[in-house]
Order: sequence, then C-alpha cells, then structure tokens
Amino acid sequence: MDRETSRRAFLMGAAAGLGLGAVITVVPVHATPKEMEDAVRKVVGSARVTKGRVTLELPPLSENGNTVPLTVSIESPMTPADHVRAIHVFTELNPQPDVVSFRFGPRAGHARVSTRIRLANTQTVTAGGELSDGSCWAASAAVVVTLAACLEDA
Amino acid sequence: MANALVNVPARARRGEIIEIKTLIQHEMETGYRVGTNGNMIPRDIITDFVCKYNGEEIFRADLFPAIAANPFFTFYTVATESGSISFEWIGDNGFTAAETATITVE
Repeated sequence: MDRETSRRAFLMGAAAGLGLGAVITVVPVHATPKEMEDAVRKVVGSARVTKGRVTLELPPLSENGNTVPLTVSIESPMTPADHVRAIHVFTELNPQPDVVSFRFGPRAGHARVSTRIRLANTQTVTAGGELSDGSCWAASAAVVVTLAACLEDA
Repeated sequence: MANALVNVPARARRGEIIEIKTLIQHEMETGYRVGTNGNMIPRDIITDFVCKYNGEEIFRADLFPAIAANPFFTFYTVATESGSISFEWIGDNGFTAAETATITVE
C-alpha cells in the first residue's frame, strides 16, 4: 500500500513536471503597426511626416518573400542647401519593423537607392525621407507575398 | 574573407552622376529562424555599409535582418575627381569586408 502511494505520487509529480515543461514561451513574432509607428518616431523624432515626394517601387505581388526588390527615390536637386539626408524603410508585419536606413549627402547626385528585402507576410511597406530642411516625407506600398520569409526551418 | 563585388564605371566626366552597384556574399541570418535542434539560430547579419570617395563618406546604410541574403545596393554619386572609391561592410561576430575601385574623371 505504501509502495502503491509512492508510485502514484511519483506519477503525479512526473505529470506535473511534464505540464510545467510544456508551457510555451511566447515570443512576439510580428511587429504591429503600433511598433512600426514607434520605430518611425525613434528615427524621425517629433518631426511631422507628410505623405508624398517619396517614390517607393515594389512589385505588387512577390512570389518569394526572401528576396523582394525595392527601390526608393526622392526628387531632389541634391545641392548642399537642399538635399535628402536619409531614407528609412519600415514594415508593418515583419518580426522587426526596421528594414534599412540609408544616409546621403549632397554628393550623392540622386537620392535613389535599390536593394532586396525580406517580407514575412503580405503587408504594407513604408519608406520615409528626411530632407536637409528638416521636413519628413513618406510613401507606402502594399505587397502580396506568396512565400513568406522567416518561416522556413534551416 | 567574404566575396564582394563592386561595379563602378572606370571613367566618367567631371560632374556626371555615376551609378554604383555592390553585392556581398553573406547569409544574413535573421535570428528568427528555428534550427533542426529546435533552438533559435542566433542572428548573424551585416549591420553597416559605408562608401567613401577619396576618404569622404558619400553613402551609408544601416542594415537590419529584413535585408535579403547577399546584400545588394545600387546608389549614385557625383564624379568629382579621379581617385578611389572604397567600400566597407561591418557585421555581427566581428565580420568585416572591404573593397576598393578606382575611377578616372576627365
């Protein structure tokens, strides 16, 4: 009898241990638009962001989220008095809202840059530009992603 | 040493806006993927890219995990004088790579 009880106690203890072990650690997987807003604020500070001037070129449909071509440009004379200081790219639903930040000077000639990015989901990508007069401009583009990045196992 | 490719025109007219293309071989491991053992694969990315024209910085990029593997950039600069254009990549785990191109401006 005594032996039986200890076996039961052991089994219950083991079950409890398993239960505890099975608690899944929750990791936030996506940056919410709120987080994107915070990321934008962290970069531009309190400056007012106006829609326009920025041209964001992205394919409307991307078959592979692991490599999505992206081109951002801003019309600017690029003179020491009037040039684009920086271009930042953000996403809504990637695990991290920041994608890339580019810094230019008047020697850039064109405020235009191309690269390839990863998209974890069908979502809206936002690009913002900081001009030398302190104004900030932004544009957004929606991309449909068929094969998401970040999901495949190694 | 990483494989890096840069494309800079060999000759340009003074004041001309030239296109520069750079490509570097790098996995850009995001830090969000799960490996075969069930553990997260640690982040290993390039974080900074700097381009200098005769020592003066003309372009810089701060990279995040959302940049695709083998980071590729196209950007522009004004050809001001003959000399060298240098490129530098800096990343996690002490990664560094550098490349230089020469340009003749007439």
